[in-house]
Amino acid sequence: MSLTPTPLTSAAGPTAVLRQAVLEAAASFVLALLLLGPIVGLVLDGYQIKNELQRPLLIAALVALGRFLFTLALHTPSGRFWLERFSAHRGKTAILVQSDSDRQHHGWLLLLFIAGLALPFLANKYALTVLIQAMIYVLLGLGLNIVVGLAGLLDLGYVAFYAVGAYGLALGAQYLDIGFWTALPLAALLAALFGALLGFPVLRMHGDYLAIVTLGFGEIIRLVLNNWLSLTGGPNGIAAPAPQLFGLEFSRSAREGGLPFHEYFQLAYNPLHRFIFIYLVLFLVVCLMALVVNRLRNMPVGRAWEALREDEIACRALGINHVLVKLSAFMMGAMVGGIAGVFFATYQGFINPASFNFFESALILAIVVLGGLGSTSGVILAALVLTILPEVLRAFADYRVFAFGVLMVLMMIWRPRGLIQPRRRAFDVEGL
Amino acid sequence: MGADPIHPPILQVAGLSMRFGGILALNDVGFEVRRGSITALIGPNGAGKTTVFNCLTGFYRATAGRISLHAGRDATDLVRLLGQPFAASDFLNPAAFANRLYYKMFGGTHHVTRAGVARTFQNVRLFREMTAIENLLVAQHLRLNRNLIAGLLRTAAYRQSERDAIECAYAWLKAFGLAGDANRLAGELPYGHQRRLEIARAMCTGPQLLCLDEPAAGLNPRETDELSALIRQLRDEHGVTVLLIEHDMGLVMDLSEHLIVLDYGEVIADGDPGSVARHPAVLTAYLGTETVDSDA
Repeated sequence: MSLTPTPLTSAAGPTAVLRQAVLEAAASFVLALLLLGPIVGLVLDGYQIKNELQRPLLIAALVALGRFLFTLALHTPSGRFWLERFSAHRGKTAILVQSDSDRQHHGWLLLLFIAGLALPFLANKYALTVLIQAMIYVLLGLGLNIVVGLAGLLDLGYVAFYAVGAYGLALGAQYLDIGFWTALPLAALLAALFGALLGFPVLRMHGDYLAIVTLGFGEIIRLVLNNWLSLTGGPNGIAAPAPQLFGLEFSRSAREGGLPFHEYFQLAYNPLHRFIFIYLVLFLVVCLMALVVNRLRNMPVGRAWEALREDEIACRALGINHVLVKLSAFMMGAMVGGIAGVFFATYQGFINPASFNFFESALILAIVVLGGLGSTSGVILAALVLTILPEVLRAFADYRVFAFGVLMVLMMIWRPRGLIQPRRRAFDVEGL
Repeated sequence: MGADPIHPPILQVAGLSMRFGGILALNDVGFEVRRGSITALIGPNGAGKTTVFNCLTGFYRATAGRISLHAGRDATDLVRLLGQPFAASDFLNPAAFANRLYYKMFGGTHHVTRAGVARTFQNVRLFREMTAIENLLVAQHLRLNRNLIAGLLRTAAYRQSERDAIECAYAWLKAFGLAGDANRLAGELPYGHQRRLEIARAMCTGPQLLCLDEPAAGLNPRETDELSALIRQLRDEHGVTVLLIEHDMGLVMDLSEHLIVLDYGEVIADGDPGSVARHPAVLTAYLGTETVDSDA
């Protein structure tokens, strides 16, 4: 049954509207009864099935009443207005082409940047951890956005690169005695290497096949981490070191020979310092990455990624080496995932393979889809929404996955192109 | 025709065969395309015209035959660019072996375009969600400054390269009467404009041989006339050689100087439009002969 009522001409009288409303209400009543009858009407009690048919009847009556009122509401002037907006939204291609000079929001960006820098000094520990987590997901979203949003390669195993980054730091610290700052570029390179490793064999695949292979790759990485006990510690996990500021540690008392941060600056010890530091570094990296991704989009390689998403055959006919272009997208995305992994490990202080399951991949993919494939600001907003909202709504934690599903369905109906309307850069050709 | 050593034909095809499983789609096809000519490849449906195109432009790897392109100073064998299986002689000749290995690993369709062949498609293949000008920028990919560091830092050299590309793209848009559509999404353009944009995009790769697969399909008579003028202009002013597949016989007879007729994967006639139109094999292929069963 369609959600939108059969269009009535504006001249249709109130009786016609009423008749339609009653008919639709009756249809909903029957449907609801058929659906709910067996589910809530028959209750298993011990070995007997009790007949509780008044319950589905009641619910179906409520559904019918709701449908009746909904149909009536859609025929009021304001209802019609909303209906029109709704259908207008779906018809458009909904991509806005804007020139750089049309959008002067540099002032706003600066304000946001300063607010982002000031935020940790106002937050308590709980809020700070939520913020750090949100920033990590922003980073992951930006990375996956390159692969899925720009290059159009559906990657369901993105969490593998996140794990490579996190374990890069933890294992590097354990076996090679490297710190956070050394691990950051090394883990990024390592993740990019893994991206290339995954990329090479799957480059000839498209769409669904690619999705399945990447899904498998994600699971392989997780299973290896889980089962290679002698190297990774398996499900027991492994400790990851905290970051240092030019050799100053963020602990109450330093290891031998070291000097803790608070003593050097003669402050009282505050465990928050460590999180504030992680947040600030992470925030700067996220801002840098957003800038990089934005520039990449308008660079030849970014255009080639998007062209590949639009039509691979045409790309080849234009002399573009599609293998290299795909590989570069995979590696760039993996690199960003690796960096996010390093931050995750250092902020948690301890990681185990359970943090890198398929649900994480799905969540990151949801961020990219919700943000609108390819839109940087959309992805940032979606990452913040999907990580901060569950924390704010802790009271309803039991319904989180349910709400998540409903949100996705509503998004696909109302805003299939993402939270923020996608924009493209317009070129100034007046002077030419 | 091919004997002139100073002006060799731009394209020489000899013994081209293409087999799909048990079907022989092309059987020993051979023809030449003169430099600076407008040559048309015609034939009834299913004759193998698009298969020839796909072999020429590197989308199919021909089962047998040679396709040599005289774009630069030397001839390039387009079949070799796609990567071929090793021959026994390769194992004795390291240079040939290395060459073969290189193209096996890195070869592909894109090398054919780089050698100087550009094409359009029967069903328009634009980057629909990118703007018209961006479509043309993608086509110039190989000539741009693709250094990642330079791009991220926006160095002067990078900005100059981008500016040149935008100017070049805009010049082509103007030449094709699409200047007003520069910042519109390619997928939103009217069909006729999309067709022209695709040709403009092919021209942006800087080709010497332009292959057009049914450029007039779906156009109205006025648009077809404009297209015909445009193709002639491309040849006269920009010096490209044009090879086209077309079903619109009016356009073909009006435009082309040389016709190649294919039927059942074989060349049945080859020559100037006047002689081909009277060729008995062509008449048979298009109209049938009286001996053919009329129920067929």
